[in-house]
Amino acid sequence: MEFGFTTAAYVVAAVLFILSLGGLSGQESAKRAVWYGIAGMGLAVLATLIGPGSGLWILSVVLVAAGGAIGYQLATRVQMTQMPELVAAMHSLVGLAAVFVGFNAHFEIANVQETLLNPNYDVSQFGTFAALIAKKTAVEINILRVELFLGIFIGAVTFTGSVIAYGKLAGRVNSSAAKLPGGHILNASAAGLSVICLIWYFSTGGFFPLFVMTLCALFIGYHLIMGIGGADMPVVVSMLNSYSGWAAAAIGFSLGNDLLIVVGALVGSSGAILSYIMCKAMNRSFVSVILGGFGGPAGEQMAVEGEQIAIEADGVATALNEADSVIIIPGYGMAVAQAQQAVSELVKKLRAQGKNVRFAIHPVAGRLPGHMNVLLAEAKVPYDIVMEMDEINDDFPSTDVAIVIGSNDIVNPAAQDDPNSPIAGMPVLECWKAKTVFVSKRGQGTGYSGIENPLFFKENTRMFYGDAKASLDKLLPLID
Amino acid sequence: MGRAVSANKAGPLRVRLRVQNGGRSVKIGTPKELFEGENRVAMTPESALQLQKLGHDCVIESGAGMAAGFADAAYKDAGVEVVKTAAALWKAADVVAKVRVPSDAEMKRLRDGQTLISFFSPVADEAKMSQAADLGATVVAMEMIPRISRAQKMDALSSMANIAGYRAVIEAGNNFGRFFTGQITAAGKVPPAKVLVVGAGVAGLAAIGTSTSLGAITYAFDVRPEVAEQVESMGAEFVYLDFEEEQQDGSASGGYASVSSPEFREAQLAKFRELAPEVDIVITTALIPNREAPELWTEDMVKAMKPGSVIVDLAAEKGGNCKLTVADEKIVTDNGVTIIGYTDFPSRMATQASTLYATNIRHLMTDLTPEKDGVINHNMDDDVIRGATIAHGKAVTFPPPPPKVAAIAAAPKKDKPKELTREEKAAQELAAFKTQTRNQVSLLAIGGALLLAVGLVAPASFMQHFIVFVLAVFVGFQVIWGVAHSLHTPLMAVTNAISSIIILGALMQLGSSAGIVVILAALSVFMCGINIFGGFLVTRRMLAMFQKS
Repeated sequence: MEFGFTTAAYVVAAVLFILSLGGLSGQESAKRAVWYGIAGMGLAVLATLIGPGSGLWILSVVLVAAGGAIGYQLATRVQMTQMPELVAAMHSLVGLAAVFVGFNAHFEIANVQETLLNPNYDVSQFGTFAALIAKKTAVEINILRVELFLGIFIGAVTFTGSVIAYGKLAGRVNSSAAKLPGGHILNASAAGLSVICLIWYFSTGGFFPLFVMTLCALFIGYHLIMGIGGADMPVVVSMLNSYSGWAAAAIGFSLGNDLLIVVGALVGSSGAILSYIMCKAMNRSFVSVILGGFGGPAGEQMAVEGEQIAIEADGVATALNEADSVIIIPGYGMAVAQAQQAVSELVKKLRAQGKNVRFAIHPVAGRLPGHMNVLLAEAKVPYDIVMEMDEINDDFPSTDVAIVIGSNDIVNPAAQDDPNSPIAGMPVLECWKAKTVFVSKRGQGTGYSGIENPLFFKENTRMFYGDAKASLDKLLPLID
Repeated sequence: MGRAVSANKAGPLRVRLRVQNGGRSVKIGTPKELFEGENRVAMTPESALQLQKLGHDCVIESGAGMAAGFADAAYKDAGVEVVKTAAALWKAADVVAKVRVPSDAEMKRLRDGQTLISFFSPVADEAKMSQAADLGATVVAMEMIPRISRAQKMDALSSMANIAGYRAVIEAGNNFGRFFTGQITAAGKVPPAKVLVVGAGVAGLAAIGTSTSLGAITYAFDVRPEVAEQVESMGAEFVYLDFEEEQQDGSASGGYASVSSPEFREAQLAKFRELAPEVDIVITTALIPNREAPELWTEDMVKAMKPGSVIVDLAAEKGGNCKLTVADEKIVTDNGVTIIGYTDFPSRMATQASTLYATNIRHLMTDLTPEKDGVINHNMDDDVIRGATIAHGKAVTFPPPPPKVAAIAAAPKKDKPKELTREEKAAQELAAFKTQTRNQVSLLAIGGALLLAVGLVAPASFMQHFIVFVLAVFVGFQVIWGVAHSLHTPLMAVTNAISSIIILGALMQLGSSAGIVVILAALSVFMCGINIFGGFLVTRRMLAMFQKS
């Protein structure tokens, strides 16, 4: 190999990337691990610039620097509540880049084949990638086409899907599920058309089928994500994360670059596992989430009896002052109300009194896996009092006060009690087992899934109506 | 102050009130209790303030709260009108709240349209009940408040029973010559007192709590086995019978005990006979609604007890759980056992009892005034109000129809999970291990076969990359499962950054000769640049925020 050094650098980079993902198993090791990732990326880019990508390296450096400046701005300015939007937006960039690189590969193949027909061709005039293609046999070229076709397809789905996900998360697109008339048939026919294009492209190698397929893929990405509601976003975002990885891997195949394949596979499997965890936390199959909407209820749902009993800040304060143990269950509503600082203040005050205060985080709380943890960390809540569902669910019966802030379906007892509920079987936080439950909520409406929550009608539940931040600000001075 | 608020608030409502009450607002009045030795009062300055928040006016007979420690001045400060005589009070009040069943004299003062809230036994005081109904008065009997969770706050029987249970232990201690708690002192060793509480209702549980916190060894018995858990949670030992019978679920009778079979009674008495020589203090609280108290502590048990022992019979009013009990008196038997048959334990703690009773009344008024506008809405469709009302609209409304909601959900029959023997456990583990192995092996076999199948058709150059790909997916799965849940967002950000590794492809294509290729590649490099820097920096920012306490 001419680029022995580059290959060696790629191996080191791949190891560094694996270490950087593995390091995320703990909060402290993660702080070190992110540097591994940065070093790996730096090494890979540098090795490419010195080796095979040396063509226009000044332009490359300028472009990377310009992109870097924008990335820096984004990273330092973004609010933690906007993390889901940022992640979705960044996915769309990866997707688009994959589409472009895929197209380029196609152009290069066409280029090389044209040149090869010319008897006076000179291998030395090819770029690195072209030189690689020139050596390939006909079968290999065909495989190459399938690979880049796949890369473009996945990249295009990721691109529009992420743009829509970004729009929904940022509130620029209506976050409720919406489908064009025809629903999934449209998606299916677009996918079918893409398959036809693949066969067409495979036999002719022309640009047109590639272009049609790209349009189809863009449509699928758009329409698929439009049909998924806001609270399913954790699954969507992790799915898109996975797709962006697979796109990179497919491009890696077509470019014959092992590092791309390794990293793409790592990212792809990471996103897939995250999607799996999220789906499991909602007790729904991946397909049902992606196809959007809840399955119809299996029968008559249990009627909810009783009334919602409201309470004012002074009542909540009295209960908190008397309580020994408190568990707080944050949800997306906390992020929307930007109440995490107020929550943190409350926790600080309660902990100063020697009370046992903890957080219970449901895996799908928020709009991104781990969203609540990041928000609480930003508000300086120590991570060792932030518990996962499995760690804390058994502790509710011995808890004096549970406070539900802006979550709904993840604390819905119907998931356990009512076999006909659409969310039956979904693992939920059993906060109703605490002596008293306070629910901070804007109004009496149902949650995203439109399911009535019997928790709000329980004897030991008190509704603390109002914007979460305003409510907590009212509550804070009353805690002594 | 409360009055001013209600006057302001009630603008248009005042008109309705005037029509309804002949030009006056609703007045809640409490007379002085006439019953000999009754110290309680049905309204306290505190409860009066709360009643005024509901839009009502309050009036009290001068000196009514004296015995419970509430002076007229305190009522005046709370905005309550104080009237001199009982006659004036009965005349002024639209709602009369009191403690004891009205006397004959008071019954004469009751008038048409007036509401009376008090303890009022519809069985024992049937004559008075029909008299009140004939008059057109509404009578709400505090005894009849249904035992459902929603009505607990107005359940005066429970709040009074709680006091009785506490006071019973205090009275017993007063008449018992020894410590409750065991002590080892320089002057010798003192054994702890042994207390037996029969009947673990509200009074029984209060007695258990008081007794255990004084340090006595406490035993408790109840015919409802489902209360054993409550008893044990209070630190007492539940006395189980060696008796096999399908016991009636206490919840079927509204949470109260019901009559038990003769065989069961025999087993119970035999157990008590066994305990009698051991225990120092017996507190009996067994009552069955609308019946004579069952005899549980027989004469021979009293004889078997040690001299100096004390029996407190909280059922004395209904004949007593011990036949030797004399209601309202303390007697000492020939063998030196003191039997206390007082029936006025709550009245002996009048301040506490009045506070709780007045709060019960206040909660009842809250339910009777749903709009908090000073207008009483005697809603006979409400389970609680219907259940407690025994006379309304010139008719006797007792007994009430059975409540729609079961008091307590019937306890589901619990099948205890069978204790697994060691062999069974081992067999289970082995089976689990085997299935796991089978799953893993079959997965590997399928995966391997697929790989081979791909290898048969694909060229070698493809297979090289494919192996790398499969290995990377495998490593990815191994690594990602270990990521902490709380770090999922940083994980997404970092995978985002590293998936921009696609920049390598763009960098390589940038050197191409075709113009369009260069433009697309340049755009890709630019976008990947944003992603790499943005992704890594935001990850770093997030991770730096995670702080240990």
